[in-house]
Amino acid sequence: MGIQLYLYLSAILFMIGVVGVIARRNAIIVFMSIELMLNSVNLTLVAFSAFLGDVTGQMLVFFVMTVAAAEAAIGLAIIISLFRNKQTVNLDEINILKW
Amino acid sequence: MILESIVFYSLAVVSVGSALLMVTRRNPVIAALYLILNFFCLAGLYLTLQAQFIAVIHILVYAGAIMVLFLFVIMLLNLGDERKLSDAISPKKIIAGGLSLALLLELLYIFATGTQGLPVYNADQALQVGTVEYIGKQLFTKFLFPFEVTSILLLAAIIGAILLAKKKPD
Repeated sequence: MGIQLYLYLSAILFMIGVVGVIARRNAIIVFMSIELMLNSVNLTLVAFSAFLGDVTGQMLVFFVMTVAAAEAAIGLAIIISLFRNKQTVNLDEINILKW
Repeated sequence: MILESIVFYSLAVVSVGSALLMVTRRNPVIAALYLILNFFCLAGLYLTLQAQFIAVIHILVYAGAIMVLFLFVIMLLNLGDERKLSDAISPKKIIAGGLSLALLLELLYIFATGTQGLPVYNADQALQVGTVEYIGKQLFTKFLFPFEVTSILLLAAIIGAILLAKKKPD
């Protein structure tokens, strides 16, 4: 079992997340794709940490999870307040910041 | 060795499949459930890398807290199925898809060529690094400052979420 297999898997998962962000227009699904991308990077970090015998990678995963929890709370609050104002979560109709 | 490969490949196939299903479902609730399946597969992969602590908090934080929050919000907003999965294919989307494919190929190329000098996998070493005891010791000595700063980040997130989601007095 080489480290390459884990890295390939995480690259593929990251790619699926990128495609989800680009192709989907539902804000919640875009947000879940972002979580998927964060997790694929976590897999890379854990793989390197295990193969190098260094705990720093797993520490970084710990902090990434904290940031992801904060990001999920804030992001969902933003989606709720957007939905309250515009009655939609379709990203094409949410263009109040567009110049 | 054979068993390890079987576990890895089955978890990898299920995680890629559930990720693909997650991005293609119309109903956000079903997409969220597929994402939870993907998180369980990732936790299994962390266990194959001997990272016990990370695997457990991954289940607790992601499947237990973040995805429950997602499901609450989806049900609160009462979203139906999307009418169409995405817009008609535009030149902008084709360029974006080509660029993301290029990104995937670049990543695969780097991972294939750039990982030659790495040491071979040593399960005992990995096991020693992944335990709760070792991580706790490191967290409260070498990584104490980032750990404390995390609490400020979470406080800011709590206040921000309350401020954003509460009803504005008009």
